[in-house]
Amino acid sequence: MIVASPKCVTEVKDILARHDNVLFVGCGTCVTVCLAGGQREVGIAAYGVRMARKLAGRPIQIEQVTIERQCENEFIQDLAEAAARNEAILSFGCGAGVQALAERFPGKPVYAALNTRFLGILEEQAVWTEKCLGCGDCMLAEFGGLCPVTRCAKRMLNGPCGGSSPDHCETDADRPCIWHAIYERLRGIGQLDRLEKIQPPKNWQPAWHGGARKIVREEHRCDL
Amino acid sequence: MIRPESKDKPDAPAAWQPEIIAFCCNYCAYAAADLAGARRMQYPPNIRVIHLPCTGKLAMEYVLEAFEKGIDGILVAGCLEGGCHFQEGNLRARKRTDKVRAMLDEIGIDGRRLLMVNLSAAMAPTFVERVNEIVNTVRSLGPNPLKAADSRAKCARESAHEGAVSE
Repeated sequence: MIVASPKCVTEVKDILARHDNVLFVGCGTCVTVCLAGGQREVGIAAYGVRMARKLAGRPIQIEQVTIERQCENEFIQDLAEAAARNEAILSFGCGAGVQALAERFPGKPVYAALNTRFLGILEEQAVWTEKCLGCGDCMLAEFGGLCPVTRCAKRMLNGPCGGSSPDHCETDADRPCIWHAIYERLRGIGQLDRLEKIQPPKNWQPAWHGGARKIVREEHRCDL
Repeated sequence: MIRPESKDKPDAPAAWQPEIIAFCCNYCAYAAADLAGARRMQYPPNIRVIHLPCTGKLAMEYVLEAFEKGIDGILVAGCLEGGCHFQEGNLRARKRTDKVRAMLDEIGIDGRRLLMVNLSAAMAPTFVERVNEIVNTVRSLGPNPLKAADSRAKCARESAHEGAVSE
């Protein structure tokens, strides 16, 4: 899922400085699960911003709505009336959600309340870790299902480097060495021979570096 | 809400008295408050007790809502660490109050207005002591600044209204 973290009250207050009626829009998908932009987080942020603005002598009216998914127009449509009632929209969705709202409501300022961080999973209660870089050319089959492209600080494809000690990364004592994990994983599934293959330089063409990416799946399109 | 009795003269404007909520866990602080009452122990009448099944039930929204509505201080009283009937409710409450305290500081409402304490059902004197502590702290900090902001906004609205009527 997409993992995000909330901006602080001061930053949100500054973002909304020029508006007195704002619609706070939560998203019921990834950011609800990562406790950053669901219904409750929207409510807590609204308390903070309302109080901060009142203390600053310029009260703000906040309307709160949480939709199932901000990245799909079908769900965004439900916001139309609330959006029309307010001067601006503060989105608690990921970056994709914010931009989907901005494109859906061209005449309305749309701002982001979260910092979108990474594609990851819930590791333990309230701890998320990054697992995927979205490089566009998945190599997980080569590495026992563990991604060195994302999880090795040096992005080594023929690791480990000489700095791991012995199962942790030299860049951060809290960060496991993914190459150690890959070795253990491949040993566990009886595929250590995969490590004998020298990986060639990675093809980064499908990655982000060429600009925003687009996927068209003709077999699912219905334009006749 | 019953207001604490003012000691000022009857014709003088009522002096400000702190209004404080105490969120009390059923298994410790609520019983300690009860015991303090049974033992006729004295503590300031500024406290209004809200009974919780466990401080783990304390949502951040409860605290924020109370401050937004103008409460001057909040005491959260849970079981001793390691003594929660639900294992870790008091530890969760501690983390939530820490988070809200930081938020209150950031907003401009002093985080010292929110105090979390741990005690057992037998610790009536500690309950009284902690109530005195939060009352004294809030008294030294003054009223919730949102009340003044509300008054200013009301005055501004009234003067704007009067201006519109005279025109």
